[in-house]
Amino acid sequence: MAFQFWKRKREEPVAVEQVIAENATEQTAVNTTQSTSEVAAEIQPKPELEKVELPKRSARKGIRALFSKIKFDLENLDELEDTLIQSDFGVDASAAIVASVKEIAKKTSAKTENDLKKILIDVLAENLENKDKALNLSDGNTPYVVLVVGVNGVGKTTTIGKLSKWLVQGGFQVMIGAADTFRAAAVDQVATWAERAGATLIRPKTEGQDPASVAFEATEAAINSGSDVLIIDTAGRLQNKADLMNELDKIRRVVEKQAKIAEVLLIIDATTGQNGLAQAKAFAEVAKVTGVVLTKLDGTAKGGIVYSIQQELGIPVKLVGVGEGIDDFSFFDAQEFARGLVGQEG
Amino acid sequence: MFGNLSDRLIETFKNLRSKGKLSPADIDATLREIRRALLEADVALEVVKNFTTAVRERALGDEVSKALNPAQQVVQIVNEELVKILGGEQRKLSFAKTAPTVIMLAGLQGSGKTTLAGKLAKWLKDQGQTPILVAADLQRPNAVNQLQVVGERIGVPVFAPEPGNGVGNPVSVSKDSIKHAKQKMFSVVIVDTAGRLGIDEELMTQAKDIRKAVDPDEVLFVIDSMIGQDAVNVAKAFDDGVGITGVVLTKLDGDARGGAALSVASVTGKPILFASNGEGMDAFEPFYPDRMASRILDMGDVLTLIEQTQKNFDESEARAMAEKLAKDTFTLEDFLDQMQQLKKMGSLKSMLAMMPGAGQMRNQLENFDEREIVRTEAIIRSMTPAERRQPKLLNGSRRSRIAKGSGMTVTDVNSLVNRFEQAAKMMKTVAKGGVPQMPGMPGMPGMGGGFVGGKAKSKGKDKKGSKSGNPAKRAAEEAARALGQKPGEASSGSGSAFGLGK
Repeated sequence: MAFQFWKRKREEPVAVEQVIAENATEQTAVNTTQSTSEVAAEIQPKPELEKVELPKRSARKGIRALFSKIKFDLENLDELEDTLIQSDFGVDASAAIVASVKEIAKKTSAKTENDLKKILIDVLAENLENKDKALNLSDGNTPYVVLVVGVNGVGKTTTIGKLSKWLVQGGFQVMIGAADTFRAAAVDQVATWAERAGATLIRPKTEGQDPASVAFEATEAAINSGSDVLIIDTAGRLQNKADLMNELDKIRRVVEKQAKIAEVLLIIDATTGQNGLAQAKAFAEVAKVTGVVLTKLDGTAKGGIVYSIQQELGIPVKLVGVGEGIDDFSFFDAQEFARGLVGQEG
Repeated sequence: MFGNLSDRLIETFKNLRSKGKLSPADIDATLREIRRALLEADVALEVVKNFTTAVRERALGDEVSKALNPAQQVVQIVNEELVKILGGEQRKLSFAKTAPTVIMLAGLQGSGKTTLAGKLAKWLKDQGQTPILVAADLQRPNAVNQLQVVGERIGVPVFAPEPGNGVGNPVSVSKDSIKHAKQKMFSVVIVDTAGRLGIDEELMTQAKDIRKAVDPDEVLFVIDSMIGQDAVNVAKAFDDGVGITGVVLTKLDGDARGGAALSVASVTGKPILFASNGEGMDAFEPFYPDRMASRILDMGDVLTLIEQTQKNFDESEARAMAEKLAKDTFTLEDFLDQMQQLKKMGSLKSMLAMMPGAGQMRNQLENFDEREIVRTEAIIRSMTPAERRQPKLLNGSRRSRIAKGSGMTVTDVNSLVNRFEQAAKMMKTVAKGGVPQMPGMPGMPGMGGGFVGGKAKSKGKDKKGSKSGNPAKRAAEEAARALGQKPGEASSGSGSAFGLGK
């Protein structure tokens, strides 16, 4: 998977890609002949950009096979349905997957267990695939603002730590806004991660400060300091609490006064059951979620709920978390995920 | 709590209720619905299978066909089987014969252990115990710090000799904490451990070592009520790995159906001791399997409600109130008193949620603003004693003074006075017609008045935009209005739900 990411060009001499070189010459032409170029289409001239290579990560070690035990048999796919249900795919999705497998098997007159496994991998991967799976870090509208949301205890802060470290390693200048001013010591927790990752932290000025105002100040600071990425941590909230969801809406609005929000990442714990769909619906509505991060995939849970989230809401999984270490995460790869679940190498 | 599951089952039973006799096909159709509802509620597949088998066997048996109302009998069977899964009889926290009692908390990352440690400590402290919290989660960044903040908030000391963030040995911290507790005469030691995966052998061994070091009276497995099918694996892993004595369910204030709770109790055979249901440090209560089963069937949780009422309600005050009502000397001061009584009973929201049929009001309840009570209180407290006794005194300038004093607007003051007048009228009627009798709840001013008032209103004087005197009721009406319903509709819906004799 090769995604293209771009960050603001810094003073240091760096190897320059061709595209950037073009950009640069346009810039030095003192903004006169820019009217037709893309750069001028923006209200503010885009900063000079340079290409970013982000370090490779794999989630492979985290995904455990579903089907080590069961035997595939076209005549009796009940066991497959049960296994899917036990992986939190849900009653309807499990039935639908089994029906697709049956249909394709009939068409292709697949017989062997291996054939059936391949069909299942294809069905899963196809339905989990989404063209928007890359993080939006390439449109040049720096700072790229990433809002991180989710219910309590899913791993928002840990994800922010991992994401920051990875972006910093790729050469991005990262700032973190500590807008979880509710939970005891949450700011200190994110501060520890910021330090580990080499990101700058914007703290609340007072204890229990309105999270929206922290987000506002962080956005301001990110713009003023010329940061490439601003990641905003928010307090965990259950999606059925109207007042807390309104607070989230306010955070989003306040940030958008100053900067475009590049990504709103909803963190979903892989152990989450069918409530995950309700979470995704509510957060999508209020926070305009652009992607899901599936965390804690290194346990025995399979995270089947993301299948329904993708199917019903069209929200792609973008990242997966597979451990407590700062490097334990990667991009989501539908093929890899499907193969891992079905337990087939290569 | 368990809302959606109970909604599902009610939908299923509607069909059953209308029939006199049950055919095996009826029962199977019902069981399919129940299976589906339970799976959607995240009850583990194996538990669902056992459950439906057991219900089917009994439903097909003689007891149903001979019963006066077979449909009701099936409901009864489902209820009984649910209670069985939820752990049968209720069990209380066991205390050591000689202090300190040691309670160890274990669970996955993010299940809510640290917050729960605080709630448990507060609960024990309120019962006259002297708890101490032990910071043995030295893994997660600033977990120690978090526990210290929690401890400070609830006024419970924290034993935290190590800074955490990967520094220090949780086993020796736990061991030292017992010595410390004995020396300083603490009666309960609560050990907060790091979150860990069931399959992480190293960390499970560490948990086992902590257990050995502190020899706990209880090892409580803390589990998020939003967890899915994996609950079974996790619970087994912790039971096998550390050896648990009980379960605590967290985040029950969410809208997760919480079926995993049934699975965990069933698979481990360990009772669920507590349920944690909110952000506040008081949002914590013992778990009652039988009541929870009734709740799943939406039969309400009247017992819990009664208990909470008894705990906080002053009987003599109630009697005096009833007399006042009868004599028509109900004043704003009394109104304020009532409000405070209500507040004492704990979160209004969680109390209303225990009422039978409240499932239908769930969304409105979720959005009810508890601060409404605080605002009303502020307005009344800004009045002079004379004004409180004689609201008729309240002319324009007095009202604007009160508005300023309470930080509210004159409109708010007006609306409160109107509401009060209505409430007073309503309560007079209630008092004359007899206060609704519920065991252990003599009079139950405020609440009782509100409910009956709701009914009376739907009978005829349902003015458009009328506001109930009961703040909870009013908020529910307002929520209904916000949802585009007419208040009458809302109150007739909840009215019938509250009608216990339905």
